[in-house]
Amino acid sequence: MTTIDTHATSAAPASAGLACVADWVTTTDHKKIGRLYLGSAAVALIGSVVVAALLAFERVDTGGTVLPIESLTQLFSIYRFGLTYVVLLPLVIGVATAVVPLQVGARSIAFPRLAAAGFWAWLIGSIVSIVSIVANGGPNGGNALFVDLFYLSCSMAIVGLLATTVSLATTILTTRAPGMNLRRVPWFTWSALVMSVALVAALPVLVGNLIYLFVGHRYPSLSEFSGNRAISDWAGFGFTQPTTAIFAIPVFGFLADTVATGTRARLTPRGSIFAAIGLVGTAVFASAVQQPVVIRSGFSALSGSDKFSDLIPFALVHVLPLIGAFLAVALTATALKKKPTVGAPLVFALFGSLLVLLGLAASALQHIGDAALMDTVFEEGAWLAVVYGGVLAGLGAVAHWGPKWWGRTMALKATLPLALLGFVGAALASVPLFIAGFADQPGGVFPSVDPGTDGVVKFEYSGPQELWNALSAIGHAVVLLTVLAFVALALRAFLKGDHAGDDPWDGQTLEWATTSPAPEYNFAEVHIVRSAEPLLDLKSSNRSDA
Amino acid sequence: MLALPSAPAPEPRRQVFVGTAVTVAAAAALTGGMVALYLRMRNEALSAVDGTWMPSEAKISMVAANVMLLALIPICIFAQWAVYSAKRDDKPHTGLALLLTALIGLALINAQAFIYATIGLPANQGTYSVMFYSVTGVSMLLAIVGVVFSAVTAFRYLGGRTTDREVVSAHALYWYAYSVIFAVVWFVVYVTK
Repeated sequence: MTTIDTHATSAAPASAGLACVADWVTTTDHKKIGRLYLGSAAVALIGSVVVAALLAFERVDTGGTVLPIESLTQLFSIYRFGLTYVVLLPLVIGVATAVVPLQVGARSIAFPRLAAAGFWAWLIGSIVSIVSIVANGGPNGGNALFVDLFYLSCSMAIVGLLATTVSLATTILTTRAPGMNLRRVPWFTWSALVMSVALVAALPVLVGNLIYLFVGHRYPSLSEFSGNRAISDWAGFGFTQPTTAIFAIPVFGFLADTVATGTRARLTPRGSIFAAIGLVGTAVFASAVQQPVVIRSGFSALSGSDKFSDLIPFALVHVLPLIGAFLAVALTATALKKKPTVGAPLVFALFGSLLVLLGLAASALQHIGDAALMDTVFEEGAWLAVVYGGVLAGLGAVAHWGPKWWGRTMALKATLPLALLGFVGAALASVPLFIAGFADQPGGVFPSVDPGTDGVVKFEYSGPQELWNALSAIGHAVVLLTVLAFVALALRAFLKGDHAGDDPWDGQTLEWATTSPAPEYNFAEVHIVRSAEPLLDLKSSNRSDA
Repeated sequence: MLALPSAPAPEPRRQVFVGTAVTVAAAAALTGGMVALYLRMRNEALSAVDGTWMPSEAKISMVAANVMLLALIPICIFAQWAVYSAKRDDKPHTGLALLLTALIGLALINAQAFIYATIGLPANQGTYSVMFYSVTGVSMLLAIVGVVFSAVTAFRYLGGRTTDREVVSAHALYWYAYSVIFAVVWFVVYVTK
């Protein structure tokens, strides 16, 4: 090994700063790539929730226009695109990228340059997408050039996420420690694998539709892909349930991991929980049909064969993921009979899972025609429950695995109330929209400009709309407060907090067998695994020896 | 730090091969989704009263389309020949097979460009033209990726990385998968139109 003697000069701090930036920009360390995703998603989360709160306040008065009415469409697009593809999915992929190689005992992620390239493609694509929406591009945009740019940059962002997903799936399939077969992978890793496989099947379909939309818009004609509503007709499935449920699959794996860690017990039945998490992945069928799968109105009057043709796709797309999510939560919760050590990550995971479950249940209900909830704000409530559920679990994951990335730990007392606050905020943001949906409040941008008359379109509303919309707005504000407080706490803790031990949660899986923070190569030695809980085995044998 | 039993670093478990398999699955999902939508729009157009789908002015060269499909047979044979030769450390034949694969891949792209040049249908002629150019464009893009894959594999192998047989296998897998993808596109877009 060559040793290079360096001397301090006056230019040293500047060059050290540049070297640090260069190190992060060119990094192939999966923990840094994951943290880049997390940091970018955190910034986007704050921005998106601010927009969400503004739009929600705008809705308090049905005809009110606190914001300039011509900018509402853009803000709504930023809100939907931002929270789905710039916050939720990158947050989940970021956590998985930073954690999964550690959990499977690998020294690095598979194809690290691909994972890094995926991050930069996503980041640049997302920024350009937001800029093009602001410049009157995006859905229903009036500037043709920026609409084209939106299609391209949105595709680029999704392809970037796919690239990291390919890297992640390959890591789980090929770099597991000796003895770790797929039945022995940690819960979170299993859920990340299910999500990755589902994403590989779902996201390319969305990209294909975006290609149609781009060509249709770039070469305008009387085609199905040219109109103003084309994007919501053909790409809408990628921004709503059950597709978004795929993005939240790791929430259930995280819950199982934290419950197992908290109770210090082996979570059983292992196969059933794996199957339940896998069942949530059947939401991928939504991308196969690319359109809302509904049970038609007047279902009872339909003929037997019509009923059958409605029920089968509905069951595949909506019911199976719901059953899977319910079973995953219920089977995991049975372990709580043994009193767990309540840490902030466990509470975040529990609340996040419940919200995702609520979102999936609401989504199934919304697609029953006789409930008359299609095209109402009910859909947005279900989407928000899934997105905020995923976000809460993401925050919990940062608190849980942060010590492995930064070597420091967050203060439990300060973090725990934030989980409760975040849950209250998320529930307030979404549940009132369910009620407003039952009272026929329309979904989408409201108030809007009628393209025919350029007048403001208001809606007739039968309930106390001010109350429900105001509660939703307050909910967004509470979520914003939670996120800001969490980010401040995390920055403080991970920069100046207490040093974490190597195994601060008394964990069961391999990531807790290395130092905190984990070195770039993750493990000094490759470990042999003989069960699904190798550290629990070791601790048990140490205790019995003693 | 807890002391778990340790072992020597395990042999890589065909990482490039598995990664390629996952990638071609994504490519299949991309093309499959587009073809599914193509079929749906065609059915809707044809089931409408006096419905038409393909504009009368569009003239697709079936000779070129069929040659593209047939070209995939030698591509798959040459890709497998490369795997066979690489397993036997036969460097000249491996290199030759890879370069022939890339060459026929280029011919494939050329045939697609010929179809574009002779079809006589601008992209702004309605739903059919949008979908035709999108589906075949994605198919051509996948062929370009395949040619680049062949070239990179050949350069790596001829550059001395002869133990890297897994890349040669992954390269063959890519072309097999592409052949299936193109066969579907050929049947739907060129044959049944």
